[in-house]
Amino acid sequence: MNAPAAQPLLSVRDLRIVFDGRHGPLTALDGVSFDIAPGEILGMVGESGAGKSLTGTAVIGLLDPPGRIAGGEIHLAGQRIDNLPAEAMRKLRGRRIGAIFQDPLTSLHPLLKVGDQLVETILTHLPVSRAEARKRALDLLKEVGIPAAETRIDHFPHQFSGGMRQRVVIALALCAEPSLIIADEPTTALDVSIQAQITTLLKRLCREHGTAIMLVTHDMGVIAETADRVAVMYAGRIVEIGPAEGVTRRPSHPYTAGLMASIPSVHARHEHLNQIDGAMPRLNAIPPGCAFNPRCGKAEAFCREHKPGLPLAGHAAACHFPLKEAVHA
Amino acid sequence: MLDQAATLASARVAGDDIILDVAAACCRFDVSAPALSRLFSHEPRRILRAVENVSLTVRRGTTFSIVGESGCGKSTLARMVVGLQRPTEGKLSFRDIRRADGTIGPPRVQMIFQDPYASLNPRWRVGDIIAEPIRELKLRSDEAAVQQRVGDLLEVVGLSRTDASRYPHAFSGGQRQRISIARALATEADFLVCDEPTSALDVSVQAQILNLMVRLQKEFGLTYLFISHNLSVVRHMSDDLAIMYLGRFVEAGPAEQVFTRPQHPYTRLLLDTIPDVEQPNRERRPMSGEVPSPISPPAGCTFNPRCAQAADRCRVERPELRQLGGVEVSCHFA
Ligand SMILES: Nc1ncnc2c1ncn2[C@@H]1O[C@H](COP(=O)(O)OP(=O)(O)OP(=O)(O)O)[C@@H](O)[C@H]1O
Ligand SMILES: Nc1ncnc2c1ncn2[C@@H]1O[C@H](COP(=O)(O)OP(=O)(O)O)[C@@H](O)[C@H]1O
Ligand code: SF4
Ligand code: SF4
Ligand SMILES: [Mg+2]
Ligand SMILES: [Mg+2]
Repeated sequence: MNAPAAQPLLSVRDLRIVFDGRHGPLTALDGVSFDIAPGEILGMVGESGAGKSLTGTAVIGLLDPPGRIAGGEIHLAGQRIDNLPAEAMRKLRGRRIGAIFQDPLTSLHPLLKVGDQLVETILTHLPVSRAEARKRALDLLKEVGIPAAETRIDHFPHQFSGGMRQRVVIALALCAEPSLIIADEPTTALDVSIQAQITTLLKRLCREHGTAIMLVTHDMGVIAETADRVAVMYAGRIVEIGPAEGVTRRPSHPYTAGLMASIPSVHARHEHLNQIDGAMPRLNAIPPGCAFNPRCGKAEAFCREHKPGLPLAGHAAACHFPLKEAVHA
Repeated sequence: MLDQAATLASARVAGDDIILDVAAACCRFDVSAPALSRLFSHEPRRILRAVENVSLTVRRGTTFSIVGESGCGKSTLARMVVGLQRPTEGKLSFRDIRRADGTIGPPRVQMIFQDPYASLNPRWRVGDIIAEPIRELKLRSDEAAVQQRVGDLLEVVGLSRTDASRYPHAFSGGQRQRISIARALATEADFLVCDEPTSALDVSVQAQILNLMVRLQKEFGLTYLFISHNLSVVRHMSDDLAIMYLGRFVEAGPAEQVFTRPQHPYTRLLLDTIPDVEQPNRERRPMSGEVPSPISPPAGCTFNPRCAQAADRCRVERPELRQLGGVEVSCHFA
């Protein structure tokens, strides 16, 4: 389970995203590479601004100018998709890649009944009749756990609670049975008891339909209990990637280790939390060498001159002096 | 008066004396349709019970936390404590204390908000944001002393004196939260009401802010009313803890006890639901159902539709809070 499958469903290689600004181009993603296997949940964590959402946006082809892909390749089931014409990408989106965002209202049309939105989406992607589409819409609502789906199908988004709306969005993302879902902070806006309902639902979808999920979240608990593998991002790069259990319990990169140690425990009260001093650099001030070096307790002169690479391995860290077992630069 | 001063002097140890006393506070909002349209549709008045019959005492120099899901009434309670919201019923009273500057009177209360972006005036320099309460309350005699104090406060919260000349937009979320804490301290506050102070921050930044808050509490004897929905943050911060559900406390007591021996089914479910990095459970079963509307809460125990132990009695009779081994619990079967 740890090693990526022979043919990954999604393969991202050396992805570089640049924003063309007034003061010249700013590199927001720099050499991001990872795979997702069919039916796998890859968690993406990191501080805000690290590049998690940009990575997801690039995969679904929704990157807007001034942002552009300046290098690298994205393959879905062996097909290169980062250079597809807009129309082909639009078809692919929804059909083969679904999306779930933090705020369910951004994905729902406020003036259309949820059933009609589902039916339209199904008709766009699948060769079925309207009646068949409606039947499928109803099944989807039941599948994502909407109670009394027969009546709820004719309700408007504002008649649903936040958690129920997010279920509807998940149903929308599932309409065409995509093989990959990009879920960007899908539970962040929800209550703790509802968050658990949604992550349980996502896990079930992976198990039962073999859907792969890229799950962007800042909640390490969610990662530890939901993701198969996890990628930790810092300043536009993946600094550590590997099985969720290995990365969260035996982190190799000093940044991951610091991040894990800064989370308070529910099991005991401690005097002091570990803290990583300072802040993640802005895009226009990324330090040379390892971007983490000004905050790293293990940094040496070498780190300030040489950018560590991320090896392709089961558990890998982009660090010259990693802490534990992982393969390193 | 003399007596009081003597008592205060003898009870300087943190945690011995009560600083805030909330007695059966209620906050209800009238959310009815306008009277005229109600007349036509024969709708009754609709009352939203945001906070119902909440009592608590906060001990000086300690942290009292309130935990609960969205809409359960945490912020409404906080707003009543800082005086931004009048209680519909009940009473909130601050006791007189000997303040840090030696004067005696009720504690100075300040609020720290979740969104450090919204709570700072973007057109003011940070130095002026922090200096405003000092000038307003005439806490320093001349401008040089004000500037000195602003510089000191910036250093206390881990920023640099030169940051005074910059505008809020130049700071990150965590730094802005440091600025709002500095502004609260500028009023010589003794009591900080913190409404989700770290919810908008990344975990690494959250750790910096929580460490700062703990250090300031020790250094200045601050008292915190701390609101959060994050149980591990609450575990880290609290001396006392109340779990709120639909406007009421369902369990309240020493935090250590509530965490290690939760007695109310809702508290137990909350603790069982949250994903745990330290002891991950990939088969964790979520709590079913949703929080009902506070406009038409379920009869009897308001938690009964989601409670696995619910019996017939729970659907008709509301459990009162009662003492159970040093903790207050409202459940018929706890
Ligand atoms: N001014 C008001 N008028 C009408 N209803 C209100 C008002 N203020 C709050 N409420 C309602 O009172 C209830 C409690 O709200 P409150 O803001 O205290 O919740 P909270 O526990 O702080 O939630 P959150 O975690 O989302 O911040 C909610 O149902 C809310 O909609
Ligand atoms: N339209 C834009 N123009 C300039 N910079 C942007 C734009 N969108 C995102 N960025 C920058 O790209 C970086 C990564 O952003 P994002 O992927 O949204 O981070 P995350 O999701 O990890 O919080 C950030 O530094 C952000 O400021
Ligand atoms: S490469 Fe050097 S500076 Fe970067 S994380 Fe590793 S030890 Fe720290
Ligand atoms: S009173 Fe009944 S419904 Fe309420 S928490 Fe206790 S057992 Fe559950
Ligand atoms: Mg994001
Ligand atoms: Mg609130």
